[in-house]
Amino acid sequence: MTNMIEARGLTHEYIQRDEEGNVQGIQTAVDHVDLDVKSGQFISILGHNGSGKSTLAKHLNALLSPTEGTLYIDGIEAGKEENILNIRRTAGMVFQNPDNQIIASVVEEDVGFGPENIGIPTDEIWQRVEKSLKSVGMWEYRKHSPNKLSGGQKQRVAIAGVMAMQPKCIVLDEPTAMLDPDGRKDVIEAVHELNRKKGVTIILITHYMEEVVDSDYVYVMDKGNVVLKGTPREVFKQADVLKAHRLDVPQVTELAYELRQAGVPLPESILTREEFREAMRELWANAK
Amino acid sequence: MFRDITLGQYYPADSVLHRLDPRVKLMGTLVYIIALFVANNPIAILFITLCLIAVIRLSKVPFSFMVRGLKGIVVLLVVAGVFNLLLTPGETIFSFGIIKISDQGLKNAALMTVRMIYLIIGTSLMTLTTTPNQLTDGLERGLGFLTKVNVPVHEIAMMMSIALRFIPILIDETDKIMKAQMARGACFDSGSVIDRAKAMVPLLVPLFVSAFRRANDLALAMEARCYNGGEGRTKMKPLHYERRDAIAYIGLFLFLAAVIVMGVIL
Repeated sequence: MTNMIEARGLTHEYIQRDEEGNVQGIQTAVDHVDLDVKSGQFISILGHNGSGKSTLAKHLNALLSPTEGTLYIDGIEAGKEENILNIRRTAGMVFQNPDNQIIASVVEEDVGFGPENIGIPTDEIWQRVEKSLKSVGMWEYRKHSPNKLSGGQKQRVAIAGVMAMQPKCIVLDEPTAMLDPDGRKDVIEAVHELNRKKGVTIILITHYMEEVVDSDYVYVMDKGNVVLKGTPREVFKQADVLKAHRLDVPQVTELAYELRQAGVPLPESILTREEFREAMRELWANAK
Repeated sequence: MFRDITLGQYYPADSVLHRLDPRVKLMGTLVYIIALFVANNPIAILFITLCLIAVIRLSKVPFSFMVRGLKGIVVLLVVAGVFNLLLTPGETIFSFGIIKISDQGLKNAALMTVRMIYLIIGTSLMTLTTTPNQLTDGLERGLGFLTKVNVPVHEIAMMMSIALRFIPILIDETDKIMKAQMARGACFDSGSVIDRAKAMVPLLVPLFVSAFRRANDLALAMEARCYNGGEGRTKMKPLHYERRDAIAYIGLFLFLAAVIVMGVIL
């Protein structure tokens, strides 16, 4: 497996200038971050508001270029003007607000927007639009106006729009933050399916704990630094560290954690309700 | 109050008019506008009315959709009508104090009102049967020759289509802000005109702020999807003329000729 994303000491500073162009203040949004993502992995980046996770995401799509450090996307060096388009074709990006990233007034035309930009011939655009709309389960809505769709549906259209460019990697910047619980579930399921079936590398940026449970690897960010990394199991084991960074563990994990603190002999790494149920059942059987 | 604007609202249906090439429809709208201003007698107007009714029937768009666009210009219509009626010199046919209505004034007022109403119906017929993307494609191809004199045709077309896409979103947003302000005691529909205009300020400020934020987000999203201007772009729905488009062009030509002839002869 090759490295899809490789960052070494990646740093980004927002520089505030006054009217004459003098530097007023420097704010380090991303501070010497190392990132290794293998091709085909599902990675989550967790963090509270202002943790620098969105700034990091924008680097992966060459919307921002690093102030310091190096970043390679599929072997292409970021931060160079001539590589920008190449990087954007390799790593697609889905944003938070579903309304503000849909360009056309008909679903299928919006999905076709990306392929049009990169000069794909007409026949192939249609094939790609069909494929990517089907892959997110929105094919029946191809003639609809995006305004009449729900938030979750709009977000799936946005994902299809990125898929149609056939990127190797998709970066999702809090794609579920503005959705209701149903829409959230649909979107996350669609993303997982793309990862499993098409082998697309996924970088999911979120602050919902439940969404990262199924990922291969988790990075936790705070104040521009990676403060914790590992598999979801390893990360959620350290509930106290997460809390110190203003993050919660999933509800069941927290319950198990509290029970363990109170002396109930539960295993350390419970992430889902099913696992919790199993553990309790076992405990019950042993007690008998 | 903002829901009355139909301009830029696509009405999906399967009709000949929907399938026509957007360039034909743009040309048609232009011809129609010229015809409206050439027509200066009742017979020509009647002829245009008949043609308009025929085209509306062809489009399969409910007539009520086109009339909705008229509500927004009622005030303008009344003001323009009254001025035309009262201030046109000519043979007085009716007078009351200083108010004099001339035959020419009556004719002008009637003609102007009809023209304005037809103008709105005709143009909204085009936007109702053409998706904004088709419309911009049509403009881009139809006016493509202007790029030679450094007019950024593609950029203007793209701006138009985005503006059209965001009209309903911004209308929704306006409604939301209005309701939020009303919940806190703001009043938009009473008081003098000046009071009402003042009440709009706290509505417009947040609307503009959010429009700019949206514009910023959208620009990022477009860049993220490799948008790089018009160069090297391909088309998902390229335009090419078909037989029905040729027939439509001939129809348009005959229509314009007929209106001009009626204007000259009668």
